[in-house]
Amino acid sequence: MRHIINLEVENHSGVLARIAGLFSARGFNIESVSIGKADPDETAHITLVVRGDDWVIEQVNKQLNKLIDIIRVTDVTKAKNNFVGRELILVKVNCSPSKRIDVSQIVNIFGAKVVDISKSSMTLEVTGSESKVNAFLEIMQSFGIKDIARTGTIAMLRDFNG
Amino acid sequence: MTGAEMIVHSLKKEKVRALFGFPGGAVIDIFDVLYKSDIPFYLTRHEQGAIHAADGFARASGEVGVCIATSGPGATNLVTGLATAHMDSIPVVALTGQVHTHLIGNDAFQEADMVGISRPITKHNYLVKNVDELPEILKSAFYIAKTGRPGPVLVDIPKDIQQISTSMPYPDSVDIRSYKPTLKGHTPQIEKVAYAIEKSQRPVIFAGGGVIASGASQELRELAHKIQAPVTTSLMGLGTFDETEPLALKMLGMHGTEYANYAIQEADLLIAVGVRFDDRVTGKVSKFAPKAKIIHIDIDPTTIRKNVEVFLPIVGDVKHVLTELNTIAKPADSKKWIDQIRDWKQKHPLVYTKDSSSIMPQYVVEQIADLTRENAIITTEVGQNQMWAAQFFNYVKPRTMLTSGGLGTMGYGFPAAIGAQVSHPEATVIDIAGDGSIQMNIQELATAVLYRLPVKIVILNNQSLGMVRQWQAIFYDRRFSGTCLRRDAACPPDCDRSGDYCPKLYIPNFVKVAEAYGAAGFYGDKPEQVRPLLEKALKTPGPVIVEFRIDEDENVYPMVPAGAPINEMIRGMA
Ligand SMILES: Cc1ncc(C[n+]2csc(CCOP(=O)(O)OP(=O)(O)O)c2C)c(N)n1
Repeated sequence: MRHIINLEVENHSGVLARIAGLFSARGFNIESVSIGKADPDETAHITLVVRGDDWVIEQVNKQLNKLIDIIRVTDVTKAKNNFVGRELILVKVNCSPSKRIDVSQIVNIFGAKVVDISKSSMTLEVTGSESKVNAFLEIMQSFGIKDIARTGTIAMLRDFNG
Repeated sequence: MTGAEMIVHSLKKEKVRALFGFPGGAVIDIFDVLYKSDIPFYLTRHEQGAIHAADGFARASGEVGVCIATSGPGATNLVTGLATAHMDSIPVVALTGQVHTHLIGNDAFQEADMVGISRPITKHNYLVKNVDELPEILKSAFYIAKTGRPGPVLVDIPKDIQQISTSMPYPDSVDIRSYKPTLKGHTPQIEKVAYAIEKSQRPVIFAGGGVIASGASQELRELAHKIQAPVTTSLMGLGTFDETEPLALKMLGMHGTEYANYAIQEADLLIAVGVRFDDRVTGKVSKFAPKAKIIHIDIDPTTIRKNVEVFLPIVGDVKHVLTELNTIAKPADSKKWIDQIRDWKQKHPLVYTKDSSSIMPQYVVEQIADLTRENAIITTEVGQNQMWAAQFFNYVKPRTMLTSGGLGTMGYGFPAAIGAQVSHPEATVIDIAGDGSIQMNIQELATAVLYRLPVKIVILNNQSLGMVRQWQAIFYDRRFSGTCLRRDAACPPDCDRSGDYCPKLYIPNFVKVAEAYGAAGFYGDKPEQVRPLLEKALKTPGPVIVEFRIDEDENVYPMVPAGAPINEMIRGMA
């Protein structure tokens, strides 16, 4: 199964190397990593997307917890729908001027944005859940994708109301 | 205070009784401060010797072992020692010099990325980039090394940091928000354990190095007696439970006793305490303890369910958990089981050939045990010597059997013995060695002689890399590739010991080596020489090498082939 794991870590140099080293040494698979500095308290926020069976995910969680620089490990996928996961992608598609309207329509439907245009291409930005982003990419395939950049998923737990 | 002064100040504050190390340009400032300090410093002949000595000191005393090395080659020479301590959860602080901060990353002279190199083989490590962080980092290093599941911590200190002054004080304590080991076990879970024990008819306690780390031998003994369960130990757990007791099963696993392995396979309840279920213990995991519910008590949550399925896990410090368990535990229904255990112990003792004309290594170990009345600190090298030392000596106290279990580091035993002797000046410290392993750190004879550390080295000389040869003899049809230590330029590549040409020359002459270093050396090749030579060695002041020539075909039994269930053992002959 695919798990999204949020880490709150000390903003020390080498933290990422510790995490990467742990995954390679123990043969765990990382699908994506995204990192950002989070104020206050000099902590950083890391979201990992990891695939593995229950045994692997249990070990991943425990081993991450064991790293001294990691303050908190939260498997947001375990919170049963109570999280928001988002990814931002930039995608450059082949697009002659005559096709611009077609592309723009799809962009509108997905709430995406056009961020650059050239004679032969358009660069689009889309944000959303994994399934939305993948659906968008699938449709764009028909135009011919020249390049993709993805941030990897970031996630946050939802708060309960009341 | 300069960084270098802070480092030595920290050693004082941490009550470090011994520092092992080797100097170089990147630590010269620290050595300059040591010059005027009263921290006992032991100059080894190799950095590997320094870190194994620090490790042996830690294992024998329960204190943190400390070593120091220079940047680059000095630091990389610590690698095997760090990995050794890491695998066996031994508290060690390794201080390494590093090039100037402004040179880091430039491939400067004697620069090595020690934080990168040591990351997977330390519990934690630090590169000090600002002298004001140094006091807190040093305090944290000691704290992390000795708390929770202990382990080695490396602190890499650039030369300029050693020279700059800081006004930051050395803290009395540290609070690391991301590091809070769980000490107390979950009470409802402990109650469930007590219930499972009461319902059990064939309980076995399996104790490991965690019991020693936590100082819980007394609590372990109380539990075993209270619930009437036999106790087996891993190699790392030897000494946690008095092996002369009727409830003792001695070591289990690949070279464990038959009765320990039978008990595991028949048990209905396995109480695993401070162990990690290494593959040398479990054999084929799916067939390990097939009838037992497993209770696993350990301070490190990652060990739980890592290798075996667990019925009741308890995360906590072994001493805390056992103390609580002992207040509520009731006896198991194990009368018949204890009879069965006694029966197995009688029928399947450890055996070896008694009427051989050559010296039997097992006999040597038994004689050492007898002459020291089991009151010695034993260290071992790695291989057959290690297994015979584990099998034929009855360990009665914790911290008396120091051996590289997890990593299996040849060359560990002698420097570790030096460290143990430093921590216990009055103790009899004996390294039970193979002729291969002892040569890996034999240069430390200089250290032992000069610091007047009367370590005794007993070399069981089979003129080969015995344990590897044993596998070749049993599983590789006697293709003795690369394991004969008499092998010379004229030997055929494919020697199975049936050919005509076989060199007689064996080097080195260990007696002469001992003498060259100013130690005493004795040699024996007849069984009747064993006891008198050991007696003589024990009476001789200062370090001694006693070399016994043993038969190269003598193997360690019982033996569970790798990947087989642990009750399928190859037996030895009596
Ligand atoms: C540093 C290191 N290199 C290689 C090995 C692999 N190895 C394990 S046991 C052994 C043989 C050890 O020979 P010796 O010290 O003579 O002991 P014996 O088995 O003969 O008692 C070897 C080479 C090891 N454990 N450690």
